[in-house]
Amino acid sequence: MADPSGSETLPIRTSTDVVQVRQAVRRAVTQLGFSLVDQTKMVTAASELARNTLEYGGGGTVRLETLQEGARRGLRLTFEDQGPGIPDVERALTDGYTTGSGMGLGLGGARRLVNEFAVTSEVGVGTRVVIARWK
Amino acid sequence: MERIPILKMGEFLLVTIQVDMHDRLALQLQDDLTNRISQTGAKGVLIDISALDIVDSFIGRMLANISLMSRVLDAATVVVGMQPAVAITLVELGLTLPGIRTALNVEKGMELLRAYAAGVASGGGDGGANVGADGEGADGGPVR
Ligand SMILES: Nc1ncnc2c1ncn2[C@@H]1O[C@H](COP(=O)(O)OP(=O)(O)OP(=O)(O)O)[C@@H](O)[C@H]1O
Ligand SMILES: [Mg+2]
Repeated sequence: MADPSGSETLPIRTSTDVVQVRQAVRRAVTQLGFSLVDQTKMVTAASELARNTLEYGGGGTVRLETLQEGARRGLRLTFEDQGPGIPDVERALTDGYTTGSGMGLGLGGARRLVNEFAVTSEVGVGTRVVIARWK
Repeated sequence: MERIPILKMGEFLLVTIQVDMHDRLALQLQDDLTNRISQTGAKGVLIDISALDIVDSFIGRMLANISLMSRVLDAATVVVGMQPAVAITLVELGLTLPGIRTALNVEKGMELLRAYAAGVASGGGDGGANVGADGEGADGGPVR
């Protein structure tokens, strides 16, 4: 679903969709000319957030957008679900906090791997996580 | 069903992860390896992740679980070939991979497993750093 502004929306319904998201993000950051380490950071953050969307959000979507600000280029990812929401976002961001069987690292770890990070969540409505990384 | 192959090499099991694994495939590998260790009485497991271009918290947990379960079954696990960019990202993610022994490549990993099987190296700590450093046998230097 590519449009002229370089944006694309992918479903996150199964664990193979999570693989597709990783691969789409890899393609995007490669095209933007990110260094290998920066590529790896963005793909890893995307993997964590896509899995959260699937596991806790009950599935959703991710939107990939190429950013341009003057000479600066980057990638923004928006993960959205209509799941149960996160009652206490600050707490969810704490390393080691999990309501599942994970290590509680995904959300806080993803925040450390990117330049911009925002969570908006409403209980009973859903969750949106937006991240961006610049070249 | 799709599966990651497990090769038997003498008393060791060898796994080379060559695909971007989805989570169910990773869990399957964890189960398969546990079964193979107990069936074969393998003394060691070598997991080559040099083809993996990311390790996230899920894969990290899988590697930690395999290490733990192999230990319970009296086998050592060594993870080899982590790409530098992956290692850098893991640290920032906050994943410390406790209890996982690592080595630079397959050769060094095999040396480490042989040392464990022979009861030379101790079970704990960062065994990877010892390979070649306290080399047992004058002609037993690292193979490149
Ligand atoms: N999209 C979401 N919808 C609802 N709750 C969420 C969502 N994403 C995260 N959470 C909540 O935040 C907690 C922390 O998430 P985080 O990704 O840091 O850890 P985890 O997924 O539990 O474990 P790990 O990511 O280390 O495997 C989750 O356990 C869950 O309760
Ligand atoms: Mg998570």
